[in-house]
Amino acid sequence: MSPETKPDFLISPEGLRIDGRRPDELRPIELEVGVLKTADGSAMIKQGKTHIIAAVYGPRELHPRHLTLNDKAYLRCVYRMATFSVPDRKRPAPSRREREISMVIANALEPALFLEDFPRTVVDVFIQVIQADGGTRCAAINAASLALADAGIPMRSLVPAVAVGKADGVLIVDLGDMEDKYGQGDVPMAILPSTGEITLLQQDGSFTKEELLEAMQMGMNACKYIHELQKDALKRAYLRRTPEKGADDEEYEDDLETDLGESALPGEDDE
Amino acid sequence: MVPGQLLAEGRYRASGGTYSQDGRIYSSLVGLAELRGNTVKVVPLEGVYIPREGDLVIGTILVVAGNNWKVDIGGPYQASLHANNALRRPYHEDISRYMDMGDVIAAEVIAFDRNVGPFLSMKGRGLRKLTDGMILEVSPAKIPRIIGRRGSMISMIKSRLRIQTIVGQNGRIWIKAPDTPTLRLAVKAFRMIEEQAHTTKLTDRVGQMIDEELEKIRAAQSPASDVEAASEENEANEDNKEDMSE
Amino acid sequence: MGDFSAETISHIDRKYIQDLLAKGERVDGRAFDEYRDVSIEIDVVAAKSEGSAIARIGDTRVIAGVKVLVGEPYPDTPDEGVTMITAEMAPIASPLFEVGPPKEDAIELARVVDRGVRESESVDVKGLVIEPGKKVYMVFCDLYTLEYDGNLIDACSLAANAALLSTKFEEMKLEDDELVPTGRQLEIPMQNLAVEVTVSKIGDYLVVDPVLKEEMVQDCRLTMAVDLNDHFTAMQKGGGTGPIPMSKVEEAMDLALEKAKDLRRLVFEATGRRVG
Repeated sequence: MSPETKPDFLISPEGLRIDGRRPDELRPIELEVGVLKTADGSAMIKQGKTHIIAAVYGPRELHPRHLTLNDKAYLRCVYRMATFSVPDRKRPAPSRREREISMVIANALEPALFLEDFPRTVVDVFIQVIQADGGTRCAAINAASLALADAGIPMRSLVPAVAVGKADGVLIVDLGDMEDKYGQGDVPMAILPSTGEITLLQQDGSFTKEELLEAMQMGMNACKYIHELQKDALKRAYLRRTPEKGADDEEYEDDLETDLGESALPGEDDE
Repeated sequence: MVPGQLLAEGRYRASGGTYSQDGRIYSSLVGLAELRGNTVKVVPLEGVYIPREGDLVIGTILVVAGNNWKVDIGGPYQASLHANNALRRPYHEDISRYMDMGDVIAAEVIAFDRNVGPFLSMKGRGLRKLTDGMILEVSPAKIPRIIGRRGSMISMIKSRLRIQTIVGQNGRIWIKAPDTPTLRLAVKAFRMIEEQAHTTKLTDRVGQMIDEELEKIRAAQSPASDVEAASEENEANEDNKEDMSE
Repeated sequence: MGDFSAETISHIDRKYIQDLLAKGERVDGRAFDEYRDVSIEIDVVAAKSEGSAIARIGDTRVIAGVKVLVGEPYPDTPDEGVTMITAEMAPIASPLFEVGPPKEDAIELARVVDRGVRESESVDVKGLVIEPGKKVYMVFCDLYTLEYDGNLIDACSLAANAALLSTKFEEMKLEDDELVPTGRQLEIPMQNLAVEVTVSKIGDYLVVDPVLKEEMVQDCRLTMAVDLNDHFTAMQKGGGTGPIPMSKVEEAMDLALEKAKDLRRLVFEATGRRVG
């Protein structure tokens, strides 16, 4: 309600950021998988004060039909911010910013998904920002990756994301809201950890080439760390559903015998 | 296993739930890894229903379109049932006389590939329109466990509870029980299996739960009917010997 | 929430529910006049909103967030603040909710929940004035569905009321035409509380708090807002095109009067604040 005041400095004389973090330090991250019952897959992320819920439905039938693709599933991503997620109430209708971010998130996730496995269907990813304190599109990708895995969508890997940037001339990792608003640049990025390839990359502000490359390298490292947190969250959610140590699989009915015929289908083993 | 996790290197074959890259095999799903011979597979813990030829499914008729019924079998693909695969010829041209929107059927998937279908047929043992009873929806990934090795789990449930059931691979289970408490108990058993699908000795634990609950139900109904119940059980066991081949 | 009677529900499901009702039972074993487990949690979006609450009825869950802004009053009510309640049937909550602009059922949800609060004059809008004719507080309560298993209206009503009751915002005053915070925290002045109770008609039976499966076979539903004085302040028949006889309406009203007491108590307990 009261107007936000610009902080006097973003990096203190001791080299610490306004919330006390070191330049390469991430905010505390909390991840939980399977938080919604109705959705096929879901996950919740709290990254500092940014709080987001991601839900996945799919693969499922696509309406409107004309968007259907014959050779793969259509990935549809809708990123929405709750009106009360920001200090100045956001108008309820989807903004152009939300629509751009929806597309950017879809582009970041698509390379990781085996959409070819489900032609003529849609995979819907819904992002609901409950509280926004900087880095929402990256936090959204972190949660959406988990929701996709939770829904059983086949993936090459999870997709970790983080926003790096610059404040008072110092390169920083995981921008908070203030740093995003009043800093010198914001570089959201997402990677495929298995290959190091980048699936999301945006930049604003002003960087020299060296600064930008260095910032991105910091981002890569942060993403690798976040990836470990993501894997951990998935494992925790499924811990109670995995067999106890030394379990014999005698009781478990499987049709592996018949499945072996399946893998003889042409092309299936080639990736 | 989580997506991206390394499963194997070298001379292995990648099967369902995995992908290979640069000679290595990775998991593409959250699930349990299985190795048979040199084939690596990941069995998913969750997932929507993807049809396979030969699957027995329970579907709801959505609409009549000419000589076809469009059938909802769950999952992302809507199924089609042609009148020739369900009715004996000659049949009336208005096929809605035989089955219409809202009817529930047990059918078999006879064809499906990535481009077309799935297509269903009702010509086969036990395939028919279903009436009465109740449809329970469970996660399709848990159906193998509900059936059990060589049908052991589902047979146990059917005979102990004296119910009729048809288990669809698409995660739909049709249940017909003599009374509501028995029906609720059957549902409880299926939900228990769904939740504990990847634990051991599940058949025993489910059986035990059923016995305990049945005791409670009998006690609630009437102590004097114990003698009746015993002779009824003998009769029912006779019936079930035929039933189990379903 | 909406009219899902057009969704194909199988004959087996329909018959199963009806047979159970004839035996005096419901799909989830509840009594006809019983609510599912209800829980309310406040201050869930503490950092950016002035008030918030998550309400859960069974497996239906909604979140409400309150923002208090400063603005101009409406020209015809210069001595009153402004309140507005919106609700969104976000597709996150159900495979039945479509992506895209709100359809009629979503609009109905928002307006019915808003009427429940507005018609009961729960918020004392005269107490939301900074300077008459110039500056007033504008209270926005926005609802989002998270999970849907029937009866969104009641869940939204609970979340909205709890969020409004527990809202705390900065007091502002006008000093030389400039808005200046006084340093005090205010609560929204509330003089009434109306909770909504939804009753579903299935054949000859009335059941309170319908679960999704029941909504799919219902003839229609009746939502009634009941305030602290046991007055009805809003009613809406919807959720299906079936008609309902007067006798059943009266029966539903009695159900609403009874259940409203419990729901009100839950709101007061969750927020630690009573009204009236």
